[in-house]
Amino acid sequence: MSLAKDNPALTSSVLYLDGVCVSFDGYKALRGLSLTLEPGEMRAIIGPNGAGKTTMMDVITGKTRPDEGEVYFGGLHELTKLDEPSIAELGVGRKFQKPTVFESHTVEDNILLALKAPRGAFSTLFGKAAADQSERIDRILATTRLTDHRARMAADLSHGQKQWLEIGMLLAQDPKLLLVDEPVAGMTDAETAQTAELLREIAKDHSVVVVEHDMTFVRDLGVKVTVLHEGAVLAEGPLDVVSADPRVIEVYLGR
Amino acid sequence: MQTSFLDKRGRVFLAVLAGAATLVPLLSLATPAGSALHMPAYLVALFGKYLCFALLALSLDLVWGYCGILSLGHGAFFSLGGYAMGMYLMRQIGPRGVYANPILPDFMVFLNWKELPITWWGFNSFSYAMLMVLLVPGVLAFCFGWFAFRSRVTGVYLSIITQAMTYALLLAFFRNDMGFGGNNGLTDFKDLLGFNIQSDGMRAALFSISAIALGVGYLIARAVTVSKFGKVLIAIRDAESRTRFIGYRVETYKLVVFTLSAMMAGVAGALYVPQVGIINPSEFSPANSIEAVIWVAVGGRGTLVGAALGAVLVNFAKTWFTGALPELWLFALGLLFILVTLFLPKGIVGTLNEITIWPRRNPPQASPHATPAE
Repeated sequence: MSLAKDNPALTSSVLYLDGVCVSFDGYKALRGLSLTLEPGEMRAIIGPNGAGKTTMMDVITGKTRPDEGEVYFGGLHELTKLDEPSIAELGVGRKFQKPTVFESHTVEDNILLALKAPRGAFSTLFGKAAADQSERIDRILATTRLTDHRARMAADLSHGQKQWLEIGMLLAQDPKLLLVDEPVAGMTDAETAQTAELLREIAKDHSVVVVEHDMTFVRDLGVKVTVLHEGAVLAEGPLDVVSADPRVIEVYLGR
Repeated sequence: MQTSFLDKRGRVFLAVLAGAATLVPLLSLATPAGSALHMPAYLVALFGKYLCFALLALSLDLVWGYCGILSLGHGAFFSLGGYAMGMYLMRQIGPRGVYANPILPDFMVFLNWKELPITWWGFNSFSYAMLMVLLVPGVLAFCFGWFAFRSRVTGVYLSIITQAMTYALLLAFFRNDMGFGGNNGLTDFKDLLGFNIQSDGMRAALFSISAIALGVGYLIARAVTVSKFGKVLIAIRDAESRTRFIGYRVETYKLVVFTLSAMMAGVAGALYVPQVGIINPSEFSPANSIEAVIWVAVGGRGTLVGAALGAVLVNFAKTWFTGALPELWLFALGLLFILVTLFLPKGIVGTLNEITIWPRRNPPQASPHATPAE
């Protein structure tokens, strides 16, 4: 089942994966994964453990090179030929499953490092800060509800706050496409609801891919869902339709 | 958050260095030999040696404490700087050698060599030699780092290959046909810039220059670590792949800081050699590099001042031990490392930071109590 072949407007997709295969020591993590994402779209990806969700993220962000298949970003850039910093520079941001922030930096410095600015060693060594820098940082801290914590070390934040800080860092990068891996794992119900709200807000002017296990959260997002199974797309559509699909029930929801 | 360039600790450190750079020559030169205040020349050279080790520790702290690159081969950069200085000093001997050859150093005459090898060309010029003090360690670190960091060799594997690098150099410099004096190394130095290297005045001058070099090294390291570049280094240390995913070329950052650090280590070695009067292949010994790591761990990594303090304290202890209980020194060093790892994982300065000066939640470099930069 190749969705990509039916899609004539290749260049209009912000993300286009076609027939991507990845294997590790003979284990096939992705077997012909095909997926497209339209500009401004938010998509939820679900699937059982080992379905290839994280490997898919690794391929898109340049951490893993696929054995076969094509990955296009914005219809122009072949991501399989680029490394992580180049892909980040093109405008792909990634949030990890485990919150990964710079623990011995303050909340503010975490945002500062992620803020869209020249990334070269020379500019960071000798360059001057952009004039609107602190204004941008203030805005992001406000969006992620971290204004009161700006001077704290990231290591001292609660789990939920670290997740938000990481989302804030993504916003600071101002990417065209955000990949968000399990943003609500380990969060309280209130935090989960707030995170869904935050992501909906972000999705207004970014394309977002969210990988998540939490069905309540996916329902809260209210977006199109793609179900992965054994490294390929099993079903795609609104959550209600997908969760009624007997194959999906069998491999995932029924367990 | 705006980080002040010179915090209180940094100013105390620089003041102590400035005080030492003026007081030690005064005590050594302006006091009569019998006076209680007189500082004998051997002590001046000993303290000067400590300062060179402090600069080596500072350079190691820059890569290990801030960027997480645990180099177990920094002694190699130190020794290469030392050899570059030693080669200049050898050429300064001129016809005063045992064989009285105006061009060739004694060991080359002994090996029956007829002309100066190409590696020695230019070392009669002081400025060329000083350039090599920076360039040789810098180029080696650049080439080494180019391959290691691009291949994403990290952690213990990187430490092992830095160790292998210094060991390989040790073996190479032992060989007579390398043309660097083999086993005996370079020694019997006479003059530095035309002044007798053994004289009290020269010893005092070398001490002061070492103190100034350490101060300048500190200012450079401090400028690097408080800049945004320094924040990226810490980010790499804490979460390397995260740093990559937000768009920083980790290998470039590592390469820049590793090369800078190697050049600082080279300067330390170049100042060390005229003060101890010899450089031989044993300086490349892996144990030396590991000892430098212990200095930094004792003083507190990621603190710069701590690294320098650790180097001076541990070497002071070494001087005392090797005089009083020579056979116990290595046991004491091992014990010290274990105790520091267990009870002072942040080292002396790192621990002081936590308990007295700053509340836990503030980063050591970004204290709100620090006065603004001047």
